[in-house]
Amino acid sequence: MTAIQTPNGFNLDTSGQRVVVDPVTRIEGHMRCEVNVDENNIIRNAVSTGTMWRGLEVILKGRDPRDAWAFTQRICGVCTGTHALTSVRAVEDALGIDIPENANSIRNIMQLSLQIHDHLVHFYHLHALDWVNPVNALRADPKATSELQKLTGPNHPKSSPGYFRDVQNRLKKFVESGQLGPFKNGYWTNPAYLLPPEADLMAVTHYLEALDFQKEIMTTRTIFGGKDIHPNWLVGGVPCAINIDGALAAGAPVNMERLNYVKGVIDRSLEFVKNVYIPDILAIGGFYKGWLYGGGLSGKSVLAYGDIPDRANDYSPENLLMPVGAIVDGKLSEVHPVDLRDPDQVQEFVPHSWYSYPDEKKGLHPWDGITEPNYVLGANAKGTSTNIEEIDEAAKYSWIKAPRWRGHAMEVGPLARYIVGYAQGHEYFTDQINRTLRTLDVPVDALFSTLGRTAARALEAEWAAEMQVYFFDKLIANIKAGDTATANVEKFDPKTWPTEVKGVGFTEAPRGALAHWIKIKDTKIDNYQCVVPTTWNGSPRDNEGNIGAFEASLMNTKMERPEEPVEILRTLHSFDPCLACSTHVMGPDGEEMADIKVR
Amino acid sequence: MTETFYEVMRRQGITRRSFLKFCSLTAASLGLGPSFAPQIAHAMESKPRIPVLWLHGLECTCCSESFIRSAHPLAKDVILSMISLDYDDTIMAAAGHQAEAIIEETIQKYDGNYILACEGNPPLNQEGMSCIIAGRPYLEQLKHAADHCKAIISWGSCASWGCVQAARPNPTQATPIHKVPGLAPKPIIKVPGCPPIAEVMTAVITYILTFERFPDLDRQGRPKMFYSQRIHDKCYRRPHFDAGQFVEAFDDEGARKGYCLYKVGCKGPTTYNACSTVRWNGGLSFPIQSGHPCFGCSEDGFWDKGSFYDRLTDVHGFGIEADANEIGGAAATVVGAATAAHAALSAVKRARQKGGES
Repeated sequence: MTAIQTPNGFNLDTSGQRVVVDPVTRIEGHMRCEVNVDENNIIRNAVSTGTMWRGLEVILKGRDPRDAWAFTQRICGVCTGTHALTSVRAVEDALGIDIPENANSIRNIMQLSLQIHDHLVHFYHLHALDWVNPVNALRADPKATSELQKLTGPNHPKSSPGYFRDVQNRLKKFVESGQLGPFKNGYWTNPAYLLPPEADLMAVTHYLEALDFQKEIMTTRTIFGGKDIHPNWLVGGVPCAINIDGALAAGAPVNMERLNYVKGVIDRSLEFVKNVYIPDILAIGGFYKGWLYGGGLSGKSVLAYGDIPDRANDYSPENLLMPVGAIVDGKLSEVHPVDLRDPDQVQEFVPHSWYSYPDEKKGLHPWDGITEPNYVLGANAKGTSTNIEEIDEAAKYSWIKAPRWRGHAMEVGPLARYIVGYAQGHEYFTDQINRTLRTLDVPVDALFSTLGRTAARALEAEWAAEMQVYFFDKLIANIKAGDTATANVEKFDPKTWPTEVKGVGFTEAPRGALAHWIKIKDTKIDNYQCVVPTTWNGSPRDNEGNIGAFEASLMNTKMERPEEPVEILRTLHSFDPCLACSTHVMGPDGEEMADIKVR
Repeated sequence: MTETFYEVMRRQGITRRSFLKFCSLTAASLGLGPSFAPQIAHAMESKPRIPVLWLHGLECTCCSESFIRSAHPLAKDVILSMISLDYDDTIMAAAGHQAEAIIEETIQKYDGNYILACEGNPPLNQEGMSCIIAGRPYLEQLKHAADHCKAIISWGSCASWGCVQAARPNPTQATPIHKVPGLAPKPIIKVPGCPPIAEVMTAVITYILTFERFPDLDRQGRPKMFYSQRIHDKCYRRPHFDAGQFVEAFDDEGARKGYCLYKVGCKGPTTYNACSTVRWNGGLSFPIQSGHPCFGCSEDGFWDKGSFYDRLTDVHGFGIEADANEIGGAAATVVGAATAAHAALSAVKRARQKGGES
């Protein structure tokens, strides 16, 4: 095979030079990427491989469903909490438990703070170095940098020439020391970096500011959940009881002092996103708006489950403040409803994954999911089973399964949510998108790109920061009206449960649509399946040969220097890959899980 | 000539005054008192930055996420000024072979003189290929880096005990660092917790840097300074335990008054960690303060000890020097199920305290 066309419209050609990137860094977890480039250094084939696998689902079998949130929370420490929230929703769905309004508001604030934190840290600390060259910042004129700051982010108080000069001096001496730490062996002479030195200096300065500030954003979760990372959740509500003016309120989880603290954090988060993050995206985007690679599936097929219920316990699309729907084949005029219980909608395939099914032509709905591992390299793989030089993508090649929505490979994540929202006329999202397109002076098609993904994430952080204010006000209003309930414990005792039930819970994780399917039998977990955002985006090929979002997004990108994977990293990072999430699945047995052989 | 920590800080625009303030804060965060500040300042003025290779195995990256939340010192200052973080695939600019080359370079340049920080753990099943780095088992990278390091820090419960992927039936045979077969016999310091408290992580680094030695460790390899006390021992809700005032159900009257969470499953009485003293996120709170029972995330095998909401049946302590009978009939009646064990209280408690010290 040298050239084939995939059913979802991509022409793959493996005849050119093969480039291997392993490990792909600045992501959560472990992944590998291989591409073929033609004589003009244009990517003509892309292969993404999930390279880790942990087995949370089998570990969950037989456990107390009320504990499942803590186990699934450990699927990922970066999107900490979103799995926990998905899990408590799945259990509540199975058992028919309604939660109090205050619990809904508090959960939403926690989930929104994750969106803000995750997006901000992703942009500045995982993604920025794909666009920003810290070494080039040394050549900047601090005065001109100050002017750039005042022009692009006029509301940020730290903008004096002296401030930027100090940062530049610190950076200069750091670079001159020769101990570059995390910046070591970067691709700093690569012509793919397009920013003028002043923009580089401004961005590096904000890299450091954001590193200082990010630790504050999620302290709302420290108040409501006791610690961050991995705050505490509760089936039936939230664990943090409210005591505003009663005896011993000072030692209560939520009191006036705690609420004031939360309010302060919410206000400062909104300020930072509006005054620093959004302006930086627009400033950097302005210099890169000619680099519109990376669209992949975004202009074709996108999926969103929706999240952030306005009122408690109503998960219908009308009550969810994040959009719900599926768009296929680029038809933005037609947004399909999504039903996670329908066995024909979400299915997982494994012909190119290191698992086996009795019939690999068919996909399986998660409630009926099978996870039977089968680690085997294809006939044309180079190297050995424990020293892979080149993957053979014609065979099985990833620890990630291939989920499909009605047979379609889908992109999920902030951009998918914004496209669905835009197609549905979601007012806030549409205003943000139009404002951004206008500022950058680009057509709407520019959305379907690596840069579009990165911009959507920032816009979503802004939306989430506004919504935190909304839910805080809602929480206060409800308390003022006399309702201080935070948990419904009527069915907390397993003795009250039916013998056999099943449920599904979903959220929009920072990286995209996330759902957990649970079956409970005799008060214990009988089956637990998670289909997570990076399983969607990082999926290998399916039975029909459709490529997933990562692979599609790399197609036809021009690389400046194939030996320096700046463009590959840039586009993969725009998805914010989370590999521990995607590859946590595991078979039902213990010891000999995988049969390793090279054919 | 390698620069000292102080020189680096000065070079990066930090004033002498800020530097000394930093030293006082460091002394305070280590529980050393202000008289130690000059000693820390002296150490930092005369010692070079130590290279660190931070490797990632099977994990959820919560340790790194916790680390960057450190309030004192700031993660920024640790990374830029205290250590030389030469390899950490979560934040490093380089990828692929440019990233892997850094490990070899560090080994050549600093053989026997760098710290190996381990987050996560290696799987032994599947020939180690359920965690692949550069086409090979992570296990190989780990052992290679361990061969040439000065010492190992096992961050978090994954590296220290195995944590969630090692919970029954541990399908990948995920193995904590100190149990990895064939690992070079290097000193290992365990900093357990899922994740560990950020300021505990940075304090361990600062301590090593300042005093050029590992902190004193307990029998299990944890720094005594942070892991020698149970959460229960210094819990702000302890007086309610002693008084027999308990949360009976979430969001009940007791929950709103901040009563003891023992009856809804709190594992504070059997968990050694600094949550109730150092607290989380700059000292802001800890799980019990937020109304949820501690589930013991820094303890070996905590995932396999029954439901988080099951009541401990082996808690004996009612007050530091008193048992339930001395506290009074009311308390003993309320606790009910636990009373049977109270007779053995004093003896067991003394034995435990002794054990903790050795």
